[in-house]
Amino acid sequence: MIEAVGLTKRYGAKTAVYNLSFQVRPGVVTGFLGPNGSGKSTTMRMILGLDAPTSGRVTIGGHPFRQLPNAPRQVGALLDAKAVHGGRSARNHLLSLAQLAGIPARRVDEVLGVVGLQDVTKRRSKGFSLGMGQRLGIAAALLGDPQVLLFDEPVNGLDPEGILWVRNLMKKLAAEGRTVFVSSHLMSEMALTADHLIVIGRGQLLADMPVKQFISANSADFARVRTPDTEPGQREKLSGVLAEAGGQVLSETDGALRVTGLPLSRISDLAHGADVRLWELSPHQASLEEAYMRLTQGAVDYRSSDDKLAHLQAPPQPGQPGYGLPPQPVVPADVPQQGWYAPPPPGQNPYAAAPQPPAAAPAPPQAPPPSAAPQQSLQKPSDTTEDAR
Amino acid sequence: MAAVPAVLQSEWTKIRTVSSTLWTLASALIVTVAMGAALSALLKSTFDDLSDVERATFDPTFVSFSGMVLGQLAMVVFGVLVVGTEYSSGMIRTSLAAVPQRATFLFSKVAVAGALALIVGLVTSFLSFFLGQALLGEHRTTIGADNVLRAVVGGGIYMGLIALFSMGVATMLRSSMLSLGILVPFFFLISQILSAVPKAKEVAKYFPDQAGSKIMQVVPDALGSEKAPYGPWGGLGIMLVWVAASLLGGYLVLKRRDA
Repeated sequence: MIEAVGLTKRYGAKTAVYNLSFQVRPGVVTGFLGPNGSGKSTTMRMILGLDAPTSGRVTIGGHPFRQLPNAPRQVGALLDAKAVHGGRSARNHLLSLAQLAGIPARRVDEVLGVVGLQDVTKRRSKGFSLGMGQRLGIAAALLGDPQVLLFDEPVNGLDPEGILWVRNLMKKLAAEGRTVFVSSHLMSEMALTADHLIVIGRGQLLADMPVKQFISANSADFARVRTPDTEPGQREKLSGVLAEAGGQVLSETDGALRVTGLPLSRISDLAHGADVRLWELSPHQASLEEAYMRLTQGAVDYRSSDDKLAHLQAPPQPGQPGYGLPPQPVVPADVPQQGWYAPPPPGQNPYAAAPQPPAAAPAPPQAPPPSAAPQQSLQKPSDTTEDAR
Repeated sequence: MAAVPAVLQSEWTKIRTVSSTLWTLASALIVTVAMGAALSALLKSTFDDLSDVERATFDPTFVSFSGMVLGQLAMVVFGVLVVGTEYSSGMIRTSLAAVPQRATFLFSKVAVAGALALIVGLVTSFLSFFLGQALLGEHRTTIGADNVLRAVVGGGIYMGLIALFSMGVATMLRSSMLSLGILVPFFFLISQILSAVPKAKEVAKYFPDQAGSKIMQVVPDALGSEKAPYGPWGGLGIMLVWVAASLLGGYLVLKRRDA
């Protein structure tokens, strides 16, 4: 069990982590999500006592990390895959760590086998690929057979086979009753691995809830319905019928309707009953990725902008053949800004309106009842153990 | 709480499994012995060209240690790399995550590396002495003569302390490149130059290498060198204060800074 209370870290004027409180429970994989620079790694380092919090505290099993008796036997961590002296062989690196905790050398060879590095034990880690470095880092974390495991971006640089292996390893470790805390900026990966999510943005808590709840709270499944353009009356008619039946209906800019709260078949029946023809009736499902993007879009520090290459191109010379069509008026996208993410159901997400400081965190940390946690892990039975690969 | 013997064992594993340990210590030994031997042979053949003062204060023991000026740089590199590679590789975070007690971590590392440097230093100084004396011919001295054994053992201690001092500096600066960039010019150039400049040499006398190297002189103010206001042990004491200060500074930085 990892517990953070009011954790704050400032580097000079920049606040990396602000007033973060959460609990990471044993028996489930807890995903730690946030955009780049949101404070994930800083939080991880504070958990491990590497950085001292400016205020607040974080404990593992009730003790601050620096006061843990025999820390390597209780906590295993992968912080940075390349944090290894490049001139030292994989085996010697692990051996030096094993000796710290009185772990026998036999265990070193064991974990090297577990992570699949048994053929390169004597090689200097300098020549390792990023994926091999990750495996070595994971081996170091597993060395002391600890009850608490922290992984910072464990799938970076791994091939698909390796990603699958890490995913199953995390689930297996959690199923054994350990506390597994995995950071990532890949929502899609967490969707497959984690049972519980802690999402931060700009160093503040945005969400702390089970994955399922996270999706349903943040996603917006909707149906797009289009009536014939030629008969505007039909559109009004259908809107009324659908609203009457309990659906929420929003108009899109190109005349389509966005309907939430009604299944497709019901919409079809209602349209039929109202004698309205449909040109389109299509389901749109928000993925976890979308839910995450929408939650954090107000809290992204580093956002890419369009690469305007115009000044690099020769000015178009109208009238000459071969330069294609004359300039077309720009057609506005059918969904207003924030674009590819499905907009949230109205009134549920304060981030939808405009990027706001995360102070208005949409989801207050809702600790689910503790009994919910083990059930969660039981619902994920699909672990194929590929450990001894 | 990681037990001290476990940390010592782990640090020993770390130190013996990187090749930089071998080549820095080997070059410290080879450079010191070879250069000492070369200068001993040179002085034997040019003894008659020396000034009267130099001849009166001729110190065969100190002559055989002439290679230390260069050899100590390899010791500096050893000391810096032992600590600095933890930072440059990021290993420091793995290490401190495994040994949260930073004093235990630093002083175990320093103890293991310092002991190794001391052993290599002693071997170096005994080899330098015997080879140098063999080459000095009729101007030689013996290990049994007054104060000679003190000077030879002192030479070994001097090398060990140079390595410890460098470890302290590297812990404070948290970078191999920066530490080497400061320490190597300091020991090789600045300290040597300042000790020859009239006013500055009053200060330079108290530099760690200038003070510490007095322990290697059998004849006071050997070879017409500057008079020092302290004896051989006093000089070593001054060097010890420098080493203690650098290690304490390193500890305070490690304790207070984020890794």
